[in-house]
Amino acid sequence: MRRGSRGLGELGVWPGYSPSNPHSISPSSPTMPTTCSACSASPAALRRPKTGHALCRACFLAAFEEETHQAIVAGQLFRPGETVAIGASGGKDSTVLAHLLQLLDQRHGYGLRLLLLSVDEGIAGYRDASLAAVRRHQRRSGLPLHVVSYHQLYGWSMDRIARHLGPRNNCTFCGVFRRQALDRGALLMGADKIATGHNADDVAETVLMNFLRGDVGRLRRGAGAGPAGGEGAVPRCKPLRHAYEKEIVLYAYFQDLDYFSTECVYAPQAYRGYARALLKELEAARPSAVADLGHSGERLSLRSDLRMPSRGTCQRCGYVASQPLCKACVLLEGLDRGLPKLGIGKHRRLRDKLRDGQPLTQEERRRLGAPLIFCKLL
Amino acid sequence: MLGKNRAIYPGEKVLLALSGGPASSSMLRQVQEGLSRETAKKLRFIPGIIYVDEGAVCGQSLAERGETLLQMETILQASGFPYHLAHLEEVFDLPSSILQRAPHNPAGPKNSYKEAVEGFIHQQRREEDGSPSLPERQIQEKLTEVSLRDVPRMEGLATPEARLLAAVRTEQLIQLFGSVKTLTAKEELLQTLRNHLILHTARTQEYSKVMMGDSCTRLAVKLLTNLSLGRGASLAMDTGFSDDRHGDVVVVRPMREYSAKEIAFYNHLFGVPTVFTPALDTKALEKASIHRVIERFLYGLQAEFPSTVSTVYRTGEKLSTTPGDAGPAAEPERCLLCLCALDTNVEDGSALQAILVSEQLSQQKLPAASPAGRGCCPGAEEKRGCCMNTTGPGADARANILSLLCYGCRLTIKDTICLESLPLYVRSEAERRKHRAAMKLEIQEFLLEDEAVTPGES
Repeated sequence: MRRGSRGLGELGVWPGYSPSNPHSISPSSPTMPTTCSACSASPAALRRPKTGHALCRACFLAAFEEETHQAIVAGQLFRPGETVAIGASGGKDSTVLAHLLQLLDQRHGYGLRLLLLSVDEGIAGYRDASLAAVRRHQRRSGLPLHVVSYHQLYGWSMDRIARHLGPRNNCTFCGVFRRQALDRGALLMGADKIATGHNADDVAETVLMNFLRGDVGRLRRGAGAGPAGGEGAVPRCKPLRHAYEKEIVLYAYFQDLDYFSTECVYAPQAYRGYARALLKELEAARPSAVADLGHSGERLSLRSDLRMPSRGTCQRCGYVASQPLCKACVLLEGLDRGLPKLGIGKHRRLRDKLRDGQPLTQEERRRLGAPLIFCKLL
Repeated sequence: MLGKNRAIYPGEKVLLALSGGPASSSMLRQVQEGLSRETAKKLRFIPGIIYVDEGAVCGQSLAERGETLLQMETILQASGFPYHLAHLEEVFDLPSSILQRAPHNPAGPKNSYKEAVEGFIHQQRREEDGSPSLPERQIQEKLTEVSLRDVPRMEGLATPEARLLAAVRTEQLIQLFGSVKTLTAKEELLQTLRNHLILHTARTQEYSKVMMGDSCTRLAVKLLTNLSLGRGASLAMDTGFSDDRHGDVVVVRPMREYSAKEIAFYNHLFGVPTVFTPALDTKALEKASIHRVIERFLYGLQAEFPSTVSTVYRTGEKLSTTPGDAGPAAEPERCLLCLCALDTNVEDGSALQAILVSEQLSQQKLPAASPAGRGCCPGAEEKRGCCMNTTGPGADARANILSLLCYGCRLTIKDTICLESLPLYVRSEAERRKHRAAMKLEIQEFLLEDEAVTPGES
């Protein structure tokens, strides 16, 4: 895993993970035809990654839909009459989620009003193509669609941020901004809940990542493995959180769903990439590792005497925050002042100086990411 | 570290688990140094050493095992402490009481740590005229006892019956590990059996504490590995400083603050002898087992982000041993193999429930066909009695054992094809618990619980 030897301009490729085909499905055994283990009638078309059983197309689709339905019912994710905004990025998870929720709502009568909510981060070549996929889905499904953009909300698009920040740490900005963007969009559309397409692989990666980074606050909140989260303004749920990523792809493949599948250009440099590569290897060693990590994450117990962040509100924008200013405001402040690293890393002393209106030395400005040329002019 | 945690009282008997590797050898050297010091910080317990020979499982021939044992013996004898050599084959002769949690020894020290230390120092000063101090005298006694005891075992191997028994046990061990499909499960099983063997030695020789030589790096790897194995509930106990799941014998890990590099430097500078023994995963493929994957990943990440290992270790320190949703039950049910509290209660919307649902939906009601070919259990005339079957008495035995295990141990046993090759003590303890549970079910309505006493009950 030595990445130091590669150049900075090269977008590294994780071992075992190819950007051209990130969702490669291993073909079912070509030698001996097996029969489906669920109906024992038709020949099997695939082998389930989750349990290893051989199933035919119809049985797999039925099993997948039924499992999602049971997860929704057992987790009590929805109540009749609610309006649910589905976070739709145009990728496989949200497309399958939107398709499933519509199907199950009709089949089992959840009594929901469904909407599609999309976020435009302003990444050329990536987001505009995926938004096109969302619009195609919207036309086919007939669900109302609303798009919020970073440029609209914050005055900064991801491409512009990346130009100032560099190749790393972009996911911090994008993630924080997206959370607020989804909440604001949902409030605008009058939704009671947001449903996101996080799958079991995402949950497992989050557990690993939080452990690697020592984030006890998130570990206590279930390490991403817990059910509905009430952290933002609008409650959220993840109906697909027990579904393996590969099974979602299998479902989309067999249902002939149209989605957009390319990696975000800024993702390869993210820390999550390490966790993702590890998860792929773990899954190769033992296929149930993905679900096992989810189980571990749920059963983690932390000491009760730890200092935990408390929930308050941001002084500037009123959003939920554990510090005096919410993370988005801190990040934006940094960007607007030409000190993009203000929200990245531990610069408490420097932030306090800024807050109190004291001028910063050249060295401090450089540490906060100010471009060199401005330092010279000052 | 020991003083800070105040876990080991003066005069206690402590068993050091020596594997021959750098960390445990370094631990032995530190104990030797600590005991021989004259200052107030002198260690005051009575040590013994145990070495477990696992060569049969790792594919070593008898000659190689003999060589390793000779090397270990030189180190053990040079230490001057009483030592025990155990072979993993002895696992088949363990009593089933190993799997029962013994109550914490009530005859333990009643006074506080400080008083105990002071009392001990006074006692020592009283004996300082002429006769050797108490622990040294005890050590001398123990050494003569043990050397007398150990010799018969070595000599006993000279008789053909004993040699035959040893060969049979080795065969059984190889068969047991042969019936485990994946390397991950093999490693887990090996650790469990080794722990049981060490525990048994500690109990019979009246040691109240066991010291394991896990370094910081090893514990960080263990944390992530156990997470991936589904053992999130018992992480704190597996990696904490003291582990009291067995009740009377407490496992402590005094080397947990030292990283592998520090230990390597210490060993090099102070000339600590170590013995290399191949393990189960030596020369295995990179992706062969979860342990290997995590170890390689963590070491690789550490090279780029030097704080990784210590961050993972610190996160592990923040875990607590009581489960988050511990009910008011006095004694939680314990896993059959690892003796941690069971974490298999199915909660709504949990990952476990989702797995069970998936399994259910992916197969029909029990397939009736028995596997083609011979069964793996000797003595089962038809194939119905074989434990590989999914119907019949074999399936019941498997379902019974699985229900007594925690999530992580379940995965290990699921990878084991033939349950009959498990040691007798495991199977008999499983039977005993099943009978007890059936008994309890019968008399459930007559049992009075502490808080829920409904009026009108006879």
